[in-house]
Amino acid sequence: MSILDYFRSNKKPNTAVTAKERLQIIVAHQRGERDAPDYFPKMKQEIIEVIRKYVQISEDQVSVQLDQNDDKLSVLELNVTLPDGK
Amino acid sequence: MAQIIVVTSGKGGVGKTTSSAAIATGLALKGKKTVVIDFDIGLRNLDLIMGCERRVVYDFVNVINGEANLNQALIKDKRCDKLFILPASQTRDKDALTKEGVGGVLDELSKDFDYIVCDSPAGIEQGAMMALYFADIAIVTTNPEVSSVRDSDRILGMLQSRSRRAEQNLEPIQEFLLLTRYSPARVKTGEMLSVEDVSEILAIKLVGVIPESQAVLKASNSGIPVINDEESDAGLAYADTVQRLLGEEVPFRFLTEEKKGFLKRIFGS
Repeated sequence: MSILDYFRSNKKPNTAVTAKERLQIIVAHQRGERDAPDYFPKMKQEIIEVIRKYVQISEDQVSVQLDQNDDKLSVLELNVTLPDGK
Repeated sequence: MAQIIVVTSGKGGVGKTTSSAAIATGLALKGKKTVVIDFDIGLRNLDLIMGCERRVVYDFVNVINGEANLNQALIKDKRCDKLFILPASQTRDKDALTKEGVGGVLDELSKDFDYIVCDSPAGIEQGAMMALYFADIAIVTTNPEVSSVRDSDRILGMLQSRSRRAEQNLEPIQEFLLLTRYSPARVKTGEMLSVEDVSEILAIKLVGVIPESQAVLKASNSGIPVINDEESDAGLAYADTVQRLLGEEVPFRFLTEEKKGFLKRIFGS
């Protein structure tokens, strides 16, 4: 920092904060998939295909989540956002 | 029984080989009989960083295939008599490292050494998976940068599911974060993720922070691991890291910007 810098605008965007927020989201997502069984991506794809036979949806309108509640119980949660007017 | 340490990262170019060379040298300087193994088959480089590239005769794959024995392949370090290097092969055969082959060599080394440091290649292919499979301790080398942090998290997933300890339901691998190429000045201006940010995201124990340093290039130019440069910040930071690995409590240094003199502050640098 030289003396000239004091006259310049000090309002630089803090990109480290953006980086951290983006990482927290992607890492949480990655960890969700980490524990899923190997067949999971394929099953998710096939579920989307079946829905597409009836309603045109894109991949991001479907969220498939597998939660391990305890040792004996896993819950498969399927969320589909249907487009309007159907 | 030796402790097996893997130096891994997922992403390339973050400083795995530099760190492997420095940490192995540091352990040996502390009196621990140490061997450092290059797992980057086809792209051997640890020998260059350790300064023993002209003394390579036999390599890791020769030993696995029974073409040479361990004593023929191990290179004794010039500077430290407790330190040995097992170079990678330059073969293009991707499947040269088998679980049985690597396991056999590590078992044999284990009888004789205190520490085995496995320098992993980048990526998640065979070489990287073999480097982490037998590990007791993992040093996840990470730069304060989005792609490196994300890849480190992927590697943590592998350590927890694809390693020997995971497969055999043993106590999990001890995971440590080594943050490299850290620039406190850029953290201060909000341009770089801080130690706290990366530690929070990856949620593993911090073992070292290596500042971005000109000493690292100088060290690799001359083939002398940077930890031998006791005048450099990076060398000292690696020495601290080794002490922490050995269970000592050492405060972290070089986390804040070096104070500039009065004249530099007025006229800029």
